[in-house]
Amino acid sequence: MDLEFNVQGGDFVRAGNASSQIKKVLKQLNADSAIIKRVVVALYEAEVNIAAHAYDGVIRANIDTERIRLLLDDNGPGIPDIERAMTPGYSTASSAVREMGFGAGMGLPNIRANADEFVITSEVGKGTHLEITVYLNQ
Amino acid sequence: MRENTADRNSFRHALTIDPDVCVGCAHCMRVCPTEALRVRQGKAILQNNRCIDCGECFNVCPSGAIVIKQDEFDSIFAYQHRVALIPSIIIGQFPEDVTPDMICQALVSIGFTKIMLVEDSVEYLIPQVRNYVENADCEKPIISSYCPAIVRLIQVKFPSLVGNLMLLRPPLDLTTAYVKQELVREGAAEEQIGVFYITPCAAKIAAVKSPVGEDRSEVTGVFNMDYIYNRILREIRHKDVDPSIAVKYKPLSARSLRWSLTGGEANEVKGSCLAIDGIANVIQFLEKVENEEITGVDFLELRSCDQSCAGGALTAGNRFIAVEHLHKDSVALSSKKVVSDKILCDYKTANEGKTALRRVEPRSMLKLDEDMGMAMQKMERVNRMMCHLPGVDCGVCGAPSCSALAEDIVQGEATISQCVFLQRTMEQNKLSPDHAFKIMKQVWGDDRFKKNCHKPYKSK
Ligand SMILES: Nc1ncnc2c1ncn2[C@@H]1O[C@H](COP(=O)(O)OP(=O)(O)O)[C@@H](O)[C@H]1O
Ligand code: SF4
Ligand SMILES: [Mg+2]
Repeated sequence: MDLEFNVQGGDFVRAGNASSQIKKVLKQLNADSAIIKRVVVALYEAEVNIAAHAYDGVIRANIDTERIRLLLDDNGPGIPDIERAMTPGYSTASSAVREMGFGAGMGLPNIRANADEFVITSEVGKGTHLEITVYLNQ
Repeated sequence: MRENTADRNSFRHALTIDPDVCVGCAHCMRVCPTEALRVRQGKAILQNNRCIDCGECFNVCPSGAIVIKQDEFDSIFAYQHRVALIPSIIIGQFPEDVTPDMICQALVSIGFTKIMLVEDSVEYLIPQVRNYVENADCEKPIISSYCPAIVRLIQVKFPSLVGNLMLLRPPLDLTTAYVKQELVREGAAEEQIGVFYITPCAAKIAAVKSPVGEDRSEVTGVFNMDYIYNRILREIRHKDVDPSIAVKYKPLSARSLRWSLTGGEANEVKGSCLAIDGIANVIQFLEKVENEEITGVDFLELRSCDQSCAGGALTAGNRFIAVEHLHKDSVALSSKKVVSDKILCDYKTANEGKTALRRVEPRSMLKLDEDMGMAMQKMERVNRMMCHLPGVDCGVCGAPSCSALAEDIVQGEATISQCVFLQRTMEQNKLSPDHAFKIMKQVWGDDRFKKNCHKPYKSK
């Protein structure tokens, strides 16, 4: 099954829409609630990153009985040093974003911790690509 | 121990629909927060596995067809010692000239031998709640298990949050154990003690009759507050009450008086604590907690009713006035009252070793099938059907929304021709108008299509 969602940069109000929709689908599929939680937390962080750091993006979800795979592609500044970005606590978030309660620098580490497989690639000046896989039967 | 209610085990819900009274107006179906209602053959049907006993349907039913099952009142007379456990909000229900002492006297006059406030045990409970929130090694936020409708909501709709529920027994259980102990100490035989709870809502009945997290409730029976309200007022207005009855209204503390109101729990717990009332508000908030969009909260007091228990479905008075009344009383009380160590100690012995609830199990209502492969096939069918359904959620099909109808169809409980929009399309091809009419009658019954100048209207 395939689902697709758009995310707008700067729109923190609607960031979380894709994770809520995916959560409902996984509940209907009778996935384990602990696994649902991992998916939702990882996806929410990734959604917020597009809202906080990029211009716009698209989220594609592919679900089968084995696993859910989330592909996130954004148009944005990209990440020059991915290893550094993955460090817990590292953040380039503006003070405006921090005032909204985002930007603690825990997003990417949290995504990695909750995913079974996690791939991140980025091209400076173009955008960032994330692949998050969570197995549904483990 | 005497078994006072025949249906203690079979009884999952306190709410039932009387088909003889139901006119099939579907008002209930539109307000149910868990989409547990459908209309078939002109009658509302309740799906037991989805119902959380919140009472929203009861509040909007214009014909009184939704019944909250209570025990036979005369069952109290099987006991020599008949305790009425009253929630503090009962006091705020009555006209101003009816004093709390008169209420207690009237309760004695109709047959009870002892009157106690349910929330008296709150003074004993508060340190435990604080300790639990500070030290429990479970996920934050800890969610109060005080409101049984909320516990059930989490079980069916937010299964991933069952681990956040606070596993402490509610005041009703603690007070029951205490009052039994005290009566036994005074010489009563245990099997001669009947403890009867006057409930403001259906959820509390469900909690007594089919408890979650405990094997059985120690409460002997439950009576609806609206029924007891009428009995009390009749007793007082007909001057049957003997004013020399020596019973006094003695709330233990200001905090216990406020416990069932919004903020009653949250204000007593340290850390970041929120109090949210109203089932729609609660659902909206829990969605965000579940996604971890909201973090850093230590304790959540969640109540199904607007204004918490003051807005319970079985209350008689206005909820805002009841709240104001209780706040005034509690302010008056807070300056002068100190709870004695002796009472706290007696609560402790009465409840030693049994203050904890068992783990609460999820029972998700959302899954389309136990088997994930089947569930996925069903979901794909639902999605295809949603492309054809109009998306106006009109309810004319007998389901509360287009998506509910689509799911019912996939589960074999409804047919696509129940949708009036699709009927029009089908009539262009092969569906005969006669057949279409027959389908509508299967949903709404024959009477819905007859002229009727006496339809009940929603009063709110
Ligand atoms: N989609 C993205 N586009 C551009 N930069 C990103 C993106 N996601 C993350 N980053 C960079 O990585 C840093 C760390 O991300 P994260 O761990 O989520 O912390 P936070 O979002 O709180 O700053 C961000 O501050 C940002 O510089
Ligand atoms: S808020 Fe109080 S009255 Fe309302 S359902 Fe919950 S326990 Fe019952
Ligand atoms: Mg982030």
